[in-house]
Amino acid sequence: MSDQSQYLLEQVHDARSSGNTLNIVGGGSKRFLGREQSADATVELADHAGIVSYEPVELVLTARSGTRLRDIESTLAAHGQALAFEPPHFSEHATLGGTLSCNQSGPARPWNGSVRDAVLGIRLINGFGEHLRFGGQVMKNVAGYDLSRAQAGAFGTLGVITEISLKVLPRPEASLTLAQEQDATGAIQAMNEYARCSQALTGACWVGGFLYLRLAGANSAVTAAARACGGDVLDDESFWYSIKEQQHPFFAGEQNVWRFSIKPDAQHWREDGEWLIDWGGAQRWLRGEYNFATLESEAMVAQGQVGLFRGKQRKGETFATPSPGVKLLHQRLKKAFDPQGVFNPGRLYSWM
Amino acid sequence: MAVSAELSLLRQSLADEFCQFINPAFVIADAETQRPYECDGLAIYTAMPLLVVLPETVEQVQRVMRICHRRNVPVIARGAGTGLSAGAMPREDAVVLSLARFQSILGIDPVARSARLQPGVRNLAISEAAAEYGLYYAPDPSSQIACTIGGNVAENSGGVHCLKYGLTVHNLLRVELVTVEGELLSLGSEGLDTAGIDLMALVTGSEGLLGIVTEVTVKLLPLPIAARLIMAAFDDVKTAGDAVGAVISEGIIPAGLEMMDSHAIVAAEAFVNAGYPIDAQALLLCEVDGSAEEVTEQSARVERLFNALGASVVRVSQSEDERALLWKGRKSAFPAVGRLSPDYYCMDGTIPRGQLSYVLTEMERMSDEYGLRVANVFHAGDGNLHPLILFDASIPGEIDKTEEFGGRILELCVEVGGCITGEHGVGVEKLRQMNVQFTAEEIEQFHRVKAAFDPPGTLNPGKGVPVLKNCQEYRAIDAAALAT
Repeated sequence: MSDQSQYLLEQVHDARSSGNTLNIVGGGSKRFLGREQSADATVELADHAGIVSYEPVELVLTARSGTRLRDIESTLAAHGQALAFEPPHFSEHATLGGTLSCNQSGPARPWNGSVRDAVLGIRLINGFGEHLRFGGQVMKNVAGYDLSRAQAGAFGTLGVITEISLKVLPRPEASLTLAQEQDATGAIQAMNEYARCSQALTGACWVGGFLYLRLAGANSAVTAAARACGGDVLDDESFWYSIKEQQHPFFAGEQNVWRFSIKPDAQHWREDGEWLIDWGGAQRWLRGEYNFATLESEAMVAQGQVGLFRGKQRKGETFATPSPGVKLLHQRLKKAFDPQGVFNPGRLYSWM
Repeated sequence: MAVSAELSLLRQSLADEFCQFINPAFVIADAETQRPYECDGLAIYTAMPLLVVLPETVEQVQRVMRICHRRNVPVIARGAGTGLSAGAMPREDAVVLSLARFQSILGIDPVARSARLQPGVRNLAISEAAAEYGLYYAPDPSSQIACTIGGNVAENSGGVHCLKYGLTVHNLLRVELVTVEGELLSLGSEGLDTAGIDLMALVTGSEGLLGIVTEVTVKLLPLPIAARLIMAAFDDVKTAGDAVGAVISEGIIPAGLEMMDSHAIVAAEAFVNAGYPIDAQALLLCEVDGSAEEVTEQSARVERLFNALGASVVRVSQSEDERALLWKGRKSAFPAVGRLSPDYYCMDGTIPRGQLSYVLTEMERMSDEYGLRVANVFHAGDGNLHPLILFDASIPGEIDKTEEFGGRILELCVEVGGCITGEHGVGVEKLRQMNVQFTAEEIEQFHRVKAAFDPPGTLNPGKGVPVLKNCQEYRAIDAAALAT
């Protein structure tokens, strides 16, 4: 639990001068994500931990990137606050830095925003071995380009994130989950309809023939919304936890897990497939062995993207194929931050 | 050949090229017709453009960009020209590319809750069009009657509701962008995220330095069923600041939470007769929204809280008309303050809320030092301060004095852990303060990011990120190289 940034800088300088590549590791909880990679050495961030500042009344928390999510969440909970984007942990070692790099957010994401939305500022060691600060610790900051939010989904390819400032929010006063028996098509329709009308919705997931709706907010608002929706009341904590942490039986077994990020009302397809629909229809999980290119063309019809989330074969590409123009920008931005290609080579794409 | 003669030849030949595919009425080369384009909302910065062009199709934008790229001519994108940092200020060697003719709402999807828009659609027009489906677009900058969604993307505009509903960046799904080379890119998707570096976040707030926004898809939210405004007057600024913190500590995230100081209260009341208590030192406007039950409960809690903290007046809106009237005073604060003085200069710093009373006290001290009055309007919920410096441009030297005062306010914001701009952007206006907020290495990183999008550096050059310092550095490097 200390500031290791000097040591981290030294490691980056050493790598630069020796021509080595570096694999950036926080808690290792999301090692399964992205392409398999091999680097010459590892930068460990687990000891670069600790909450640097937290002012509950300002709704802002700043922590070193290696700080464990569970430490942050328990600190926030003591003040009646939370990370509104409900990050999945996948293991008790999950860190804040990894969560941002991998852009991981939980079931509340369509309503409460993502980790990218909550980020206010970062510190980062770039490939020139410079320790830089972008954004800030205030809600609004439009000075300079938004290089903090740009890190979400970059998988550490632009540098070593050392510190993150986040917007945090009060925990809702009340929360309640309803279950309704539905087929997938009906559930997608219902999710979109509820999202259009309800102010209290913070979760909408379909699995195994049931639609699960979570309502949260002031006591009075939740009660009123529950009356309007209807359905059986459920013990919510455990269901949403199992979805967030992928511990629901749907995720069990060795089969590939594909993730679609698409238009929330996109028509259900592959009716014989094994599906779990979350984020009010905007995030859909598919189990099984499929051809990536085939799924990509299906994702295009659904006006979004698909990637391999969990799979045995991670030597090929695992993320959606970018358009030529977007690919060129990725290559140029990589050079702008890390011209020697020190950080996480090949983790995001084979060509980066 | 003299520079002006060279430029006038360039103007003529570019205009000839553009007129081959754009209606000549929308290729503006004469000074008189160009005059309205000489500045944006920050009128103390003016310059004449080389040429103004108003294409009406994306393909025309691409052709303009290709031609300018081939001929290495800078391009400055312009929306409604309501910006407050001179981000759209022309230069004599640059084409001003106005997106004013892209005014169509391409589609509203009531099921998926999104709107596909051309960049010249006005901010307020989105919510007006979405209202029939019970939906609206949340970010609402004060200029929302006039400002366009393309400009909102360029500035990452906020508004009075962003503590609860976020800035522009939080409310975008997809952006189409024409690059400096004239290529059309799509960033984001109809889903909630895309793989790789978040290019859409990077482009949002980039002030026209990375590309030309030609289409925007935004999220729409369900209209709150109910909303209520609680007005509270306080005898001192510190208590009002504490009251803001107390609301947040209650676990309430208000839809809007605004503060005005005594100068702003007096000016606004004289302007709209909203019923503000003119002897108050600080006025809070706190709006709660949501379901009817939630609003009743939360407004009662806020009312109790303000009373307990010793507010001299607390008033809860009892009707939509009353709510609108109480807001009107706040929304008219800038023009209202403008009536107190021949000119005013609006600043835009952000601070941690806890620093408010220190910052206001310091500002009062500087106000005495410069002999210039300052009124304060504050997005208290998110820490965004808008000091309005009153001055008279007809008095020699007063503009310079005002700018220096403004610059020092921004430096004060950085000193207390805030930043130099919350929503107006850097533009030309705050270039000097960029060096206060960022180190030389950070500014160099910004330049490398710009070069990734814009290798020749011809998109809105000289704005947003200061270049002077590296010019000096480059000169030093060159001098060292020559010496060896």
